Amino acid sequence: MFCLPKSSFRGGVHPLHDIGGGKLPTRAEPIRAYSPDTVAIPMAMHLGAPAVPIVNKGDRVKIGQLIGEAQHPRSLAVHASVSGEVIAIEQRMQLGANPALCVVIRNDFADEWVDGLKGYGNVEEADPALIVPAIRDAGICGMGGATFPTHVKLTPPPGKQCNTVILNAAECETHMTCDHRLMLERPVKIIDGLRAAMRAVGAARGVIAIEDNKPDAAKRMSETARGRKGVEVAMLRTKYPQGSEKQIIKAVTNREVPSGGLPIDIGVIVINVATAAAIADAVIDGRPLISRITTVTGHVKVPSNLELPIGTVVQDAITACDGYSDAPAKIIMGGGMTGFCAHDDSISIAKGSGGIVVLNEREAALVDEAPCIRCARCVSTCPAGLNPYLIRRMCDRDDMDGAEQEHVMDCLLCGCCSYICPAHRFLTATFKITKERIAQSRRK
Amino acid sequence: MKLTVSTAPHVHSHNSTRRIMLDVIIALLPAAGVGIYLFGYMAGLHVLIGMGAAVLVEYLWQKLTKQAVRVNDFSAALTGLLLALNMPVDAPLWVTAMGSVVAIILVKQLFGGIGGNFLNPALAARALLVASWPAHMTAFTAPTYFAATDAVSSATPLVTQYGYMELFMGRIPGTIGEVCKLAIIVGFLYLLIRGVITWHIPVLLLGTLAFCTWLFGGTDGAFTGDPLYAVLSGGAMFGAVFMATDYTTSPMTIKGEVIYAIGCGLLIALIREFGSYTEGVTYAILIMNIVTPLLDKYIGPNLYGEVKKRA
Repeated sequence: MFCLPKSSFRGGVHPLHDIGGGKLPTRAEPIRAYSPDTVAIPMAMHLGAPAVPIVNKGDRVKIGQLIGEAQHPRSLAVHASVSGEVIAIEQRMQLGANPALCVVIRNDFADEWVDGLKGYGNVEEADPALIVPAIRDAGICGMGGATFPTHVKLTPPPGKQCNTVILNAAECETHMTCDHRLMLERPVKIIDGLRAAMRAVGAARGVIAIEDNKPDAAKRMSETARGRKGVEVAMLRTKYPQGSEKQIIKAVTNREVPSGGLPIDIGVIVINVATAAAIADAVIDGRPLISRITTVTGHVKVPSNLELPIGTVVQDAITACDGYSDAPAKIIMGGGMTGFCAHDDSISIAKGSGGIVVLNEREAALVDEAPCIRCARCVSTCPAGLNPYLIRRMCDRDDMDGAEQEHVMDCLLCGCCSYICPAHRFLTATFKITKERIAQSRRK
Repeated sequence: MKLTVSTAPHVHSHNSTRRIMLDVIIALLPAAGVGIYLFGYMAGLHVLIGMGAAVLVEYLWQKLTKQAVRVNDFSAALTGLLLALNMPVDAPLWVTAMGSVVAIILVKQLFGGIGGNFLNPALAARALLVASWPAHMTAFTAPTYFAATDAVSSATPLVTQYGYMELFMGRIPGTIGEVCKLAIIVGFLYLLIRGVITWHIPVLLLGTLAFCTWLFGGTDGAFTGDPLYAVLSGGAMFGAVFMATDYTTSPMTIKGEVIYAIGCGLLIALIREFGSYTEGVTYAILIMNIVTPLLDKYIGPNLYGEVKKRA
């Protein structure tokens, strides 16, 4: 174990902590388990085809029981997160524009686990070939927010070899401290998960990459990593978006993923801290992903890090924090830079929901756009090396070809340009729409 | 429950156009203050007329053309202030007012308003004033504070020799804002600390000017010029800090800014040494303003993942 010199990437910003104190209110809040009366588990919590429900209304289910089956290689299994009775299988509005199928379970608080879960006991002794299937059956996807199925990520395409697994512990998003707390409280589990991933893909090197605003977590991880094969800790400069996949690869390996390519093209796989912990549960105990740690902060009475069953609705999570402390005007699912807005507090905590931030009316106020003054701040902060001002000009002209030539598809949607823009221009929002339009026309 | 649904990001740096313009105005206050102290109350009137006319004209134009009124972003006030500080104190006040009108209407609004102009409004207006009323624009007065009674029109320090200290403190003839280099440096440091500008353009512009003047500015052949005198005289420092750094008319990347600044410095030296004008700062920066779109077209930022791409 040794510490690499602090490294970083080009561009980026240092988000202010003026809304709800940023990470400060929750960084010292220990993980607290909470179980609600009912859960509404969406069948689509990952990137890919939704799972298909295999339970019926009135069925009794136990924790960890399969309730949604993956019927497609890129789909992902869904498991009951509480024991109790299935009271409805219905469409509910979630974050997307269309309603999603959810299995609603009334919790009987018996906390009964399903029988027959079998793990391999120890990540160092498990057969590497069985690790990826175990991860797949546990329904694990990227819990940092991207929700890409982990078993797909850990199956490199033919001819590609992974030599380094980076454990993304940057947690660069505003407000979120769930990964930080997880590292402090369950370091062994995280490193077990990292080792399982390394063994599954045959990678010799595992790097735990932590921003230098979490020295306590770095210390804890370093101590725990001692003696673990190939595992080292890298300190990164605290800067947003340090935890973006391509930026953390640049910071750790000083190599860039080719434009349009994937990390595996340069032999790297990046997994999130919470994902690693879920992998450890799946490999050691055979336990599926049924809960996650979510930071609930902003205008709630007791900002907390809650361990919630998947499918807990936001309202219940807020109740677990003693309710709102001010009239909510905006609820962000995720962090301040990339999170999505909930339309109300009835949506569910999914596998990728790391944060709930409640803003009051003043903080949620929208500011009108002003003309671009060519200050060049967007250019100097863009971690992808784009000309946001120029792409925006092309988008305004509806020039999709021009936007594509200016590499809008390389945009990370990290939000740095919008964050820094003195004219409050809607840059990231425009690029998101443009990217979707171009992707759509490519599919045709 | 009624919630706002908007796209990310949900936090903002609190940068604003207004704050930036206000910062530049604050950075100009030392230069303006020293100008008023040295040249008397007439300098203050130039500043008031210049700023007032610019704001009024922008307001009327935006009303007449049914646009959103944006005078509260302070950009017109800044243009008026910059123009006034570029006036000789003995020029009639109506010339300053005329300059503000030209800057706002002809240079800024006709090209799309804030962010749309391709020339620095204050500089372009000054160039037009020099061409239209050369007598008013080149009659530089020694500061009344130092001259006994009737200020006598005199040549700029580019023609007559002054000591470095006089040049630095501003006891020389010149425009209202350009004479005191100390005040300009104070403003420059403020802009750096506030993160409004980076050091690149001012330092490289003056560095190039100093080098080129040393190279071919001397009377005894090459390598005999006086670099320090070149930097401290005329409007070089004012132009480098407050004019060449204008966001809208300078390049978008650091690499572009480096070329732009070197171009400005080189052109100032060339015009001063070989041109028919004694002062070249205005024209040098205006020429490089015109080159800026070209620099932006060919010099972009490095795309992540592009350099190391292999087939």
